[in-house]
Amino acid sequence: MKLTVNYLTPETDILMKKYTYTEKKDTRSGFGAGMHELGKQNPNVVALCADLVGSLKLDPFIKENPERFIQCGISEANMMGVSAGLTIGGKIPYATTFANFATGRVYDQIRQSVAYSNKNVKICASHAGLTLGEDGATHQILEDLGMMKMLPGMTVINPCDYNQTKAATIAIADHEGPVYLRFGRPVVPIFTDPDQKFEIGKAWMVSEGKDVSIFATGHLVWEAIQAGEMLEKEGIDAEIVNIHTIKPLDEAAIMKSVKKTGCAVSAEEHNRLGGLGDSIAQVLVKNQLVPQEYVAVNDSFGESGTPTQLMEKYGLTAKDIVAAAKRAIERKG
Amino acid sequence: MEIKELEKIASQVRRDIVRMVHACQSGHPGGSLGCTELLVALYFDQMNLKEKKEEVVFHMNGKDEDLFFLSNGHISPVWYSVLARKGYFPVSELATFRKLDSRLQGHPTTHEGLPGIRIASGSLGQGASVAMGAALSKRLDKDDHLVYVLMGDGEQQEGQVWEAATFAPHHEIGHLIAFIDLNGQQIDGPTIKVMNNRDLGEKYKAFGWEVMHIEKGNDMASVVKGITEARGKAGHGKPVMVLLETGMGYGVDYMMGTHKWHGTAPNDEQLATALDQLEETMGDY
Repeated sequence: MKLTVNYLTPETDILMKKYTYTEKKDTRSGFGAGMHELGKQNPNVVALCADLVGSLKLDPFIKENPERFIQCGISEANMMGVSAGLTIGGKIPYATTFANFATGRVYDQIRQSVAYSNKNVKICASHAGLTLGEDGATHQILEDLGMMKMLPGMTVINPCDYNQTKAATIAIADHEGPVYLRFGRPVVPIFTDPDQKFEIGKAWMVSEGKDVSIFATGHLVWEAIQAGEMLEKEGIDAEIVNIHTIKPLDEAAIMKSVKKTGCAVSAEEHNRLGGLGDSIAQVLVKNQLVPQEYVAVNDSFGESGTPTQLMEKYGLTAKDIVAAAKRAIERKG
Repeated sequence: MEIKELEKIASQVRRDIVRMVHACQSGHPGGSLGCTELLVALYFDQMNLKEKKEEVVFHMNGKDEDLFFLSNGHISPVWYSVLARKGYFPVSELATFRKLDSRLQGHPTTHEGLPGIRIASGSLGQGASVAMGAALSKRLDKDDHLVYVLMGDGEQQEGQVWEAATFAPHHEIGHLIAFIDLNGQQIDGPTIKVMNNRDLGEKYKAFGWEVMHIEKGNDMASVVKGITEARGKAGHGKPVMVLLETGMGYGVDYMMGTHKWHGTAPNDEQLATALDQLEETMGDY
């Protein structure tokens, strides 16, 4: 791996396609850093956690703002209700736990007390997807994006690296309304600008191309970048777009891209049913049909293993994106 | 307010309840009638509410006033009537209950912007958690006003209720007064047969709550006295639980003491019989 730092922002020349990194970190640490910052910036921000303070990297926030941290114990349903109640007096609660317990376990509480009541709760979910690894399928939720995006009024965000997770964590405090922020445990390259401005609902053009559009979310954006380099060696010019906001989806950016390339690949650490891929398919069906290939988990549960092993076994790596891109191009006819 | 005056309001609220439920031929009259004294006593006598020139004013943020949350949202008719009679919205709007394009949805919600409502409820077991969050928000703002929440006794079968029961004493939420409507009835029959809650008072005591009883939950003087006593116990670091013994369907003879009127609307003849038993004191809507 090259060690030259070459950060790109949406404003930089997107034709510079070489992304490199000097450091890897987990996105949950980006969340913790964002919370630390928010603790200083915004006196209304309150953190809640269900017995996972260390995993959510909340210690710096708690140390500096002990009165604004609420330990909920292993009671996620109650945590969602308490969070909804806190908003009434103008607080901005960040309800934190693992993605599995932040969504599926408490869907009805989120639906009624948060989404339907339109409360300004930030549901912050770590350890999403397969890559929490060895704990296995009981903890590897692959349905959370689908559940959350179906709730009217819910904003759904899945940032790609440490810096973007930190920026998103800070940005959602200024957004009035419920938000689901998804991040994870695996250590992944940091390749985005540390000073980036996070814009909810605005897709980020990672690199332009003309042969295929790769729409990736979360840490699969890095896999997509790797795939782009592999494809380039084979003479295929891929366009890579970071869809960090699943809802509201940047439909204009998606259509602009596929109008140029004529085919699409979606890449996500989620069940192929109900995730980013389906959202993109809906945009294509509504506007202009082009071939689309999914890189996602094929409607199955996960299992124990290392993150790398699981990414390979379940088909979520750069190689899988390359294969999907070729299939999509092939189907263009 | 004089007990007699509160009783007059309660009589009108009961008329509103049966008329609302009759008009749309759906809704839950039983629990609504049983909790009439409690809600009238809270809103017209006990709660410290935001008022401007003697008119009630609604602010979602609820700063510097007492708050009330209805966890067993299906008894919305009593709450809607009390809110309207208190002046949160026009009494005439009660006629829209459960009808298309109404702010008075079957179960209470903020979604249509009805003044007086701060959270949706209906799916049971969530209100105590919300009330505790509101109380913690007040604590952060150094606001000493009280937060009230009403739950059903059948609702005590929900698991989240016990998460909340553990949470409040742990966080020493003293400015919280919770009520359980102990009417002993739920949809499928007497609570003791459907799923025996056993001694709720002993349970809450063991969880660390200050527990008290109002034995005559449909006697206005007892309810006022009981809430006053509960307010005296509040603010000392322990949440207060008031077990309110009521009769489901109280005030309409044929609806009393049975689960059959939990969620059934009266027909024309039954409505007339009910209204004969309830004095019109403030003018029907």
